[in-house]
Amino acid sequence: MMKIYDYELSVNCYKQRLLLGILGVPYESIPVDFFPGWEHKGEAFAEINPLGHIPVIDDDGYILRDAQAILVYLALRYDPSGLWYPVTDPRVAGEVASWMAFAEGTTNTASAARLHDTLGYPFDIDTVRAGAQKLFRVLDDHVWFHEQQERPWVASAPHPTIADLALFPDVMLSEQGGISLLDYPALRRWTDRVKHIPGFTVMSGIFPAPAGAAPAGAAPGGATVGRPR
Amino acid sequence: MAVSDTATMGTPSCTDPVALHEWYPISALVEITPGLVHRTQLLGGAISYTRTPGGSRPVVWPSGGEASGAEVDGLAVDHQLPVRVKFGYVWTTLGRPEHELFDIAECDEADRRIQNGGSIMVATSAPRAIENFLDMGHFPYVHTGILGAEPRTEVLEYDVEVTDEEILATRCLFFQPQAALSASDGQMTEYVYRVPHPYCVMLYKSVPTDASRMDVIALFCQPMTEERVRAHNFLCMVDAVNSDTALKRFQQLIFGQDKPILENQSPRRLPLDPRAETPIRADKSSISYRRWLSAKGLTYAVIPATAPSPTPAPTPAPTRSS
Ligand SMILES: N[C@@H](CCC(=O)N[C@@H](CS)C(=O)NCC(=O)O)C(=O)O
Ligand SMILES: [Fe+2]
Repeated sequence: MMKIYDYELSVNCYKQRLLLGILGVPYESIPVDFFPGWEHKGEAFAEINPLGHIPVIDDDGYILRDAQAILVYLALRYDPSGLWYPVTDPRVAGEVASWMAFAEGTTNTASAARLHDTLGYPFDIDTVRAGAQKLFRVLDDHVWFHEQQERPWVASAPHPTIADLALFPDVMLSEQGGISLLDYPALRRWTDRVKHIPGFTVMSGIFPAPAGAAPAGAAPGGATVGRPR
Repeated sequence: MAVSDTATMGTPSCTDPVALHEWYPISALVEITPGLVHRTQLLGGAISYTRTPGGSRPVVWPSGGEASGAEVDGLAVDHQLPVRVKFGYVWTTLGRPEHELFDIAECDEADRRIQNGGSIMVATSAPRAIENFLDMGHFPYVHTGILGAEPRTEVLEYDVEVTDEEILATRCLFFQPQAALSASDGQMTEYVYRVPHPYCVMLYKSVPTDASRMDVIALFCQPMTEERVRAHNFLCMVDAVNSDTALKRFQQLIFGQDKPILENQSPRRLPLDPRAETPIRADKSSISYRRWLSAKGLTYAVIPATAPSPTPAPTPAPTRSS
């Protein structure tokens, strides 16, 4: 069975759990003592990932690191619909790749702010917060513009893609790094749409959408009802 | 580091004698690197800490200009603060406490799994964190499917005893789908809650695999400022199966669910006036806790009641019928 080297409070590990849940792929979570144990920086873990980062997956002996890379692999390997990473449309595929690269930026800023404020990581908090706000401004404008064109997702496909999943956790947990979503109304609407994707699962600190009305255009194929895990 | 304003230098902003003359946890001992400076905040002032070369003795002092991560010889530090090592944590004080720290008898049992489940900073006051920990009513809504589940949301009547030393709530019963990592099924779980320190709380809950024993989980709060806390999650479990990492993960999953709830409470300091908040939050143990803090005369990280509180505090009337 697929294994994930995993930490509950990691947004980058959560992205993988989120996609696997949506795709209905069973997996085994191998808990890494990321905090307070720093296990991912230890010698034993260096054999698995010399960069000292999680997540890493082990799919039947195939080992892959890097949150965005793993999303690509999982979508291509386990999504028969081909919608989550739509490679047949070169423009959409290009957009997905571009927003996946953008997610690396939110990890270095919004995630960093949260690690500083919550676990005491020694980042310069003003710098990382300002960096996150700059990126969120770009993303909020983009999502607002897409909404005007009746495109509910970050790529211009009519359904969500792995780019939405790559960006969602950092946006959702940004308040824990002192970045208020009050300034980003389009992002708040978009996170609400993500929460209504069938198969959506939560991580600690993220709560499900309140039961009741689903936002328009929430799910691929127009289905809007969440599926219990 | 962005931590450079004068408020973070070595002078505490706290003038409350009750808070000053108290012991506080600042770190798990094993998480301190010998010979290197670690920095944190206590009662509004910056403190630094290290372990002596060889690692045996923790040393704590009000911060000067030294940077976090710099090398330091603990033996050569002037102005050392008093230190205790207990439950695996380093405790210190900015005052002169006349009492020692409370005990947890279970820690002496040989098969206990004792560790720091994680020291996590939360943008709230220490008393808000303690009060949330005491409240079973939030389990179904915040720890859905784990520590509670709808529709079994009822908190049954329980007993509260208050002395000068501590608050003890007993016979607390709640239905839990997954009471601990070692639980395989839903069960009625019995809790005992104990508050032996203004900012420390522990719970004793029946062990799913051995009804005669109780797991001990504690929240030891380090008040960094009045509205910011570092919550040290202490675990003292009976579990022969799960790894330390898995036990920590379960605890962090639970505490990570509480964190945004705590951070969205307003005001961040805990109001001690009994009329300040709706009875929903103010259940029996919470009312007792607020009165107990008032009776101690604590003013740090709370909003004191305007009228002086009568001492000794009368036993609170039950607020839930059952
Ligand atoms: N692992 C613990 C979780 C304990 C914990 O840390 N929770 C705090 C934050 S809510 C609390 O309120 N305790 C209730 C409880 O632990 O059941 C359990 O099994 O109960
Ligand atoms: Fe809780």
